[in-house]
Amino acid sequence: MLTIDTLTNEIDGKAILKGLSLTINAGEIHAIMGPNGAGKSTLAYTLGGRPNYEVTGGTATFEGADLFDMEPHERAAAGLFLGFQYPVEIPGVSNLQFLRESLNSQRRARGQKELSGGEFIKLAKEKAGLLGLDMEMLKRPVNVGFSGGEKKRAEMVQMGILDPKLAILDETDSGLDIDALKIVGAGINAIMRKPDKAVLLITHYQRLLDYVKPDFVHVLAAGRIVKSGGPELALELEREGYAEVVAA
Amino acid sequence: MNALTLPTRKAEEWRYSDIDALATIWPTPAPSRIDVAEGDSVRHHLLQDVGEGAAAVHDYVITIADGARCDFHVLNIGGKLGRVTFTVTIGSNAHFELNGAIIGGGDQTLEIITSVTHEKPDSTSGQTIRSILGQRATGSYLGSINVARDAQRTDAFQSIKAMLLDRTATANAKPELEIFADDVKCAHGATVGELDKAALFYMASRGMDPATAKTLLLKAFVAGVFDDVADEAVKDALEAAALAKLETLV
Repeated sequence: MLTIDTLTNEIDGKAILKGLSLTINAGEIHAIMGPNGAGKSTLAYTLGGRPNYEVTGGTATFEGADLFDMEPHERAAAGLFLGFQYPVEIPGVSNLQFLRESLNSQRRARGQKELSGGEFIKLAKEKAGLLGLDMEMLKRPVNVGFSGGEKKRAEMVQMGILDPKLAILDETDSGLDIDALKIVGAGINAIMRKPDKAVLLITHYQRLLDYVKPDFVHVLAAGRIVKSGGPELALELEREGYAEVVAA
Repeated sequence: MNALTLPTRKAEEWRYSDIDALATIWPTPAPSRIDVAEGDSVRHHLLQDVGEGAAAVHDYVITIADGARCDFHVLNIGGKLGRVTFTVTIGSNAHFELNGAIIGGGDQTLEIITSVTHEKPDSTSGQTIRSILGQRATGSYLGSINVARDAQRTDAFQSIKAMLLDRTATANAKPELEIFADDVKCAHGATVGELDKAALFYMASRGMDPATAKTLLLKAFVAGVFDDVADEAVKDALEAAALAKLETLV
């Protein structure tokens, strides 16, 4: 589904990713762990196409197409979803309006019929219910006045509604208490654990992986993947710390 | 406002204007008078949408008697020069409220000018102006509040926000307070900004194309200006005209 080959990038002239390669197939859940400053969030933003995250070398192929040849909104329409570590607040734009415009933009780009107001509300209700988010919250402006946990749950509702092929979730577990973590974990499983979908989880900690079991775990350090393994690698990291594992 | 000789930009109230465009319609028509009788409450609106390349000047002289109220909504979007001015005198326990939006592109010059005088005690006024300016457009709001010596307990506010879509567009905001009473509340704030890049990327990451995303953010920016238009048909017309104009700019 996604093949990243020797990716290098720069932000404001500073090299962050230094030859990162990774292949994610349909039906797989991958976790990327690593110390602060390793380039985890940079990888997520670069794949999402954030301005100023300049690709200086390497390729990324998503469903057979050159990812870096697409604008950010085209990547989303192609089936990529980026979960933000810090979801952005948009005063004056309701979640429902935001999501309906997003979904219909995607559908237009794919040559599909737009959803009517009624069809959209039905879909939004179903997905909000899955994450235990009150519909009233979706009538409020995007992320404005939401707690950290509410923002992350709202992100997962967005993911449910947009129904991507590949979700890149950047520290979706940060700012969540145990109960919220369980709900968000269950939401990721319900929406994304399917044979035709894939997930790239970016996290500091093992605890999200208790709820969303990865098939593969990678360690990112200094802009490269330095070690890959199965779920046991996450436990090893938790036990030994990054320094030990990266050095070994 | 109306004089026989064409004004120059040396005059403060014409400082940001387009005198060449003004010359094409000079002398401008006499001001429209609105006199609100004691205890009355009136609502007015203006959609200034003169044709491309043309000039339009609308001057209003409004007097609001004791205990009366005037609510005015204005959308200023048309012409090479579009200028709307209000000269308002407010009596005791009376209120004047102006909610206005300026949306301009091309080489338009769009202006709203207010001069609000609180003559007597216990009156209130408010002006809320939102401007969206693209390309080489100039949008200006000049607002003076004058509080006479007797006009104790005046409560006035101005809220001015402008959004520039291009570096070549210009926004001018000039609040001016002249206060002779000592027990007075006059609040004013003016900001000029650009579209939030973080919000635009967030919207793009959800699949929204750039034009849709910008339009949504701009709609949110001017939202509220026409919220309290009582007549639904008028409200719909103002909002539809604002949206249609916005869509030409993104």
